[in-house]
Amino acid sequence: MMTVTVEAVEGGCVLSPQGRLTVVSTPQLRDEVAARLAAGDRLIIVDLSGTTFVDSSGLGALVSCLKSARQAGGDLRLVAPTEQVSMVLRLTNLDRILKPRASVAAALDD
Amino acid sequence: MTDTLSRRDQRLLDRTTPGRRIVAIRVAVLLASLAGLNYIVWRWAASVNWSSWWIAVPLILAETYSVIDSLLFGLGAWRLRERGEPPTAPDPDGLETRVTVDVFVTTYNEEVDLVMRTALAAQRIRYPHTTWILDDGGRPEIRAAADAAGIGVITRSDDWADRPRHAKAGNLNNALLSTEGEFLLILDADQVPKPEILDRTLGYFKDERVALVQTPQWFENVPESDPLGSQAPLFYGPIQQSKDGWNSAFFCGSNAVLRREALMQLGVSRYVTEVEAAVRRAVRTSRKLLVRAREEAVGQPRVLEALDDAETVVERARAEFAAGESIGDVTYRFQRSIDTIAFRFADADLAAMKGDLAELAAMSLGPDTFDALDEAALDLLAQRSSSPLAAIESISLLVGALDVDRGSEAQAIMPLATISVTEDMATAMRLHGLGWRSVYHDETLAIGLAPEDLATMMTQRLRWAQGTMQVFFRENPLVQKGLSWGQRLMYFSTMWSYLSGFAAVVYIAAPVLCLSFGVVPVQAYSVDFFARLIPFLVLNQLLFWVVAAGRPTWRGQQYSLALFPVWIASVTTAFQNVYRGRALGFSVTPKTKQAATGPRWDLVRPQIWAVACLVAALVLVGIRYATGQAEGIAPLVNIAWVLFDLVIFSIIVRAVLYPGPSAPHDKEQS
Repeated sequence: MMTVTVEAVEGGCVLSPQGRLTVVSTPQLRDEVAARLAAGDRLIIVDLSGTTFVDSSGLGALVSCLKSARQAGGDLRLVAPTEQVSMVLRLTNLDRILKPRASVAAALDD
Repeated sequence: MTDTLSRRDQRLLDRTTPGRRIVAIRVAVLLASLAGLNYIVWRWAASVNWSSWWIAVPLILAETYSVIDSLLFGLGAWRLRERGEPPTAPDPDGLETRVTVDVFVTTYNEEVDLVMRTALAAQRIRYPHTTWILDDGGRPEIRAAADAAGIGVITRSDDWADRPRHAKAGNLNNALLSTEGEFLLILDADQVPKPEILDRTLGYFKDERVALVQTPQWFENVPESDPLGSQAPLFYGPIQQSKDGWNSAFFCGSNAVLRREALMQLGVSRYVTEVEAAVRRAVRTSRKLLVRAREEAVGQPRVLEALDDAETVVERARAEFAAGESIGDVTYRFQRSIDTIAFRFADADLAAMKGDLAELAAMSLGPDTFDALDEAALDLLAQRSSSPLAAIESISLLVGALDVDRGSEAQAIMPLATISVTEDMATAMRLHGLGWRSVYHDETLAIGLAPEDLATMMTQRLRWAQGTMQVFFRENPLVQKGLSWGQRLMYFSTMWSYLSGFAAVVYIAAPVLCLSFGVVPVQAYSVDFFARLIPFLVLNQLLFWVVAAGRPTWRGQQYSLALFPVWIASVTTAFQNVYRGRALGFSVTPKTKQAATGPRWDLVRPQIWAVACLVAALVLVGIRYATGQAEGIAPLVNIAWVLFDLVIFSIIVRAVLYPGPSAPHDKEQS
């Protein structure tokens, strides 16, 4: 099971998926991102510190959210992935495109 | 799933060919390979008739081609893997063990009845699953029939409008993003599955490294004599089993189960690879593009000024990329800076326009008349696309490429490969490159419909061959880093086999020239020659016979020569497509018979010419014998050769005259 908590920050929001981000829970994340972009947010920060597991469909969802954010003229940034999540990011080389930041503050920085 | 791996399952997962059979195969491989090498080395070293080089060289190249073909066949067979009984499927009743499965029936334009026949059979598959019809035609009739049967329909999302559709690969990629099953059974519209298909295949996935289980394609509407060579008993059998032994059994588009996780992982890593390649290319060509942009902008001082700014931004991106910064960050800053330039110019334009509007407003009666217009203008100008930079084609190209959204594609993630019209093989090769395993399970678990006339059959073969050659030209297996050498050679051997068309031309021309004009491409038709050639021919057939183990192989051998114009066209059109960007002239294989038009001799003109030449050669050599011009063993060898060619080509006559199966294909299943 996964829940997504949402917190507004300047220029955007922080989404924190809690639990397992898998093929079953990705629609929830995608819908949330779509809703925030529609509401005018441009910077989508995904805080992964509470995400215990991501499968490749979860990574795929992060990529499609990145695509939506970019097409809305915004950006999507990853923050503080757990061990397992860092590993799959490395395994697929996705970290070459989405380099995670250490903290939400760092993600807001640039 | 590994927790439940019983000892029996483990044993079945590891099982391979029984000892006696593999020993027999290996002996035959060794003998055939040695005989082949012995022959071809002697041919090169001692028997090329260089004085007739113009035919001698093509002939020895064709013969070398055939020996290599035989060696590759032997290499595969060396590790031929017969798996037998599959491991048991994960228990559908256990909460922990249960897996979720989506069954995809793919269709584009097949008749509703045909699609529904397959979909209803898919619904009746025993293992718990969800059935979907992937209707690429988006037809209301399909929707209605599926609704009535309680079957889901997936059509392309709006993202695909005005973007490349990528045929069946696109259809599957679209469905992957709107379903959730851990495993996917893919079925062509005509492939009616048996109820046990999942029970017999899911067990292999207990090995967590397995990404694909492929089962045979078998066709019910084909008579015993199989005049169109529709059944592929050697391919769906020993050849896939050979590949399986080297962990390179590949996906054939239908009757296969795939692991979603493997496909999605492939999709994500391909996304990274392709974005990186596009950005690298854009960075590399950026200077050239800027020069071109300046040429386009000559005489437009405002645009030239903007280009100066753009150049600074591009140079910064180039430096950041070279320094190894993350592509997301580099492209984001780049896009924002381009936007800034655009906004600045828009502001200037706006200021000018506002001035004009104010003047107009002052002249008009109502003070609010132009407010709406003003707003609209502001909106329009604030968009990237209306900036003066966007008007420069080279710059929009650059801006489009220096991004991570793959904006030209409907989906950023495309798990099924789109580099070829045969997405299946290309996808399997990429999965193998990522370290995934595949399984070939040799049991007919779905029954399909083959083309019923020559024209359709030839279209289908051309498409397969073109697709394979596209993969060869785009992602040559010999240089794919993630593949082992065995895997590289197994993929390569499939591609190699499609080059047979060129060899066939030589095998027709050489005896014709010899008999008609006495041109002798081989220096000595002597004991030396026969002592090497005959063992090779005999042992090669023996290898075939041992490997085939009773499966019919003759039809396949005939068509690999008799369809030579198709094979040649596939290579040349795929080459033109990959390197010159020309269209393939590709069409979807119709699953049902085309309107009757009578025998289509026009489809096989090159073959008719070949047969005419072969027969004429026999007549000419008869005349030469009568006039005492022909003597010795050379004409005899070539007469035998011509007769063999004629027997091969006889299948073409049968195929043209074939009226289709006697029973209607949609007969009741008992």
